[in-house]
Amino acid sequence: MGKTIAEINERIKRGEAVVVTAEEVIGIVEEKGAERAAQEVDVVTTGTFGPMCSSGAFINLGHAQPRMKIHRAWLNEVPVFCGIAAVDIYIGATEMAEHDPLNEVFPGEFRYGGGHLIEDLVAGKTVHLRATSYGTDCYPNRAWERDLTLADVKEAWLFNPRNAYQNYNVAVNLSDRVIYTYMGVLRPNLGNANYCSAGQLSPLLNDPLFRTIGIGTRIFLGGGIGYVAWHGTQHNTEVPRGPSGAPTRPAGTISVIGDLKGMSPRYLTGYSILGYGASLAVGIGIPIPVLDEEVVRAAAVRDEELVAAVVDYSHDYPQGTGKLLGEVTYAELKSGSINLDGKVVPTAPLSSYSRAREIAEKLKDWIAQGRFLLSEPVELLPCSAREEEVG
Amino acid sequence: MVRHKVVLHFPHEQVDKPIVSKLVRDYNLDFNILKASITPREEGLLVLEITGEDDDYQRGMDYIKSRGVSVQPLSQDIRRNDERCTHCGACLAVCPTDALRADRSTMEVLFDDEECVACELCVKVCPPRAMEIHY
Repeated sequence: MGKTIAEINERIKRGEAVVVTAEEVIGIVEEKGAERAAQEVDVVTTGTFGPMCSSGAFINLGHAQPRMKIHRAWLNEVPVFCGIAAVDIYIGATEMAEHDPLNEVFPGEFRYGGGHLIEDLVAGKTVHLRATSYGTDCYPNRAWERDLTLADVKEAWLFNPRNAYQNYNVAVNLSDRVIYTYMGVLRPNLGNANYCSAGQLSPLLNDPLFRTIGIGTRIFLGGGIGYVAWHGTQHNTEVPRGPSGAPTRPAGTISVIGDLKGMSPRYLTGYSILGYGASLAVGIGIPIPVLDEEVVRAAAVRDEELVAAVVDYSHDYPQGTGKLLGEVTYAELKSGSINLDGKVVPTAPLSSYSRAREIAEKLKDWIAQGRFLLSEPVELLPCSAREEEVG
Repeated sequence: MVRHKVVLHFPHEQVDKPIVSKLVRDYNLDFNILKASITPREEGLLVLEITGEDDDYQRGMDYIKSRGVSVQPLSQDIRRNDERCTHCGACLAVCPTDALRADRSTMEVLFDDEECVACELCVKVCPPRAMEIHY
């Protein structure tokens, strides 16, 4: 006997819905079994907060007087994409401010980029616009400078092509020198192992076959409300899987969209990654409607069962050899060290588990208070393992 | 017995004089150099961990100050901006002491400035730049 999203929404509106986080559901399924848990629990909330480089924001700047078809533009000296109409722009999270020394003095600090700019806008700070053009009969203006805040622009949407990676590599360094990567600083000779997933709280690891998450799924995005727009770039579901169906390699991804004006710098934070570049840490929480036993069983997955692959970032990752050094569980990663061929290697996360937990709790409160209803996906995301099962 | 971590700033004219060695010879103090640098203007900065009897320590510091060297406790040097820290944990990969460590139940990053040796490795590694240097 399954439930529908409409039935769950009725319970949310009446204030009767049972909402638990992806951590809490583990104990409930363990204690009561999946069958009873599926009857009793309506929604499982998930969360993640980590650097998500494939992120950015569309902004409509409004028109200058006289009008201008912007050809090149900078916000706080960060170049923004202008190849869309006259005053629509896109801020890419990893774009660096002009005159940043980048990696000329290695490792570069990458102090201000698109991610920082998005954080400043969301924080309500004033940013400086500089734009140039070549002039047309209908858009004669050739230069425009002004200070603006998020409140001054007509539209501003976060629109991220690839977020919330379903699992990720564990990065190590087998070489004899320190390397600076998007997975953080990796000390030589297996000096440390860095990982980047919320594991048992991570949205896509709790719905591994995308049974509930689809186009139009309403989510917590950057502290406000967003939606799943599409599957993300590099979405790949043809990967090895563990017993819960959760992939043991980087797999599915989502593209997300939401109104920047409702978001918060606490959940959209500019990151400077030493020797690599700028990025944006994005907070995402996805509610999983407990439609049936299968859904709740998958959502009850625990760190002990979730596996990630260890990859050498000094040679195998940059050269794309595809070689893996081994597999470890998120429980091992979170304990502070892993064992690789007899060597104890300390671990460090890049994904904030405490903030992931905060997001899952916040989303749970929103739903329990009836402020956030679940949406019916227009279409589920592609997933070969699910489609084969159904087909 | 006391153990203090201090930051010494040497003015230009004192950089080439043997001052710190007197702490050992005349004041029975042991020291461990945590960091040493000379700026382009030839002012010196020395971060020391000093161990010895309290009396000797006080007299040693009085001597150092009498030579025009300023003395500051190190605990003021590296601070965490709690507003900026996202508790990601990237710093755990580089902290050589236990000054930065994770509370495994909350997975929050704890900062204990008593353990901090001001190596500054965390400062640039911290993605939201929450670790700040205050001299």
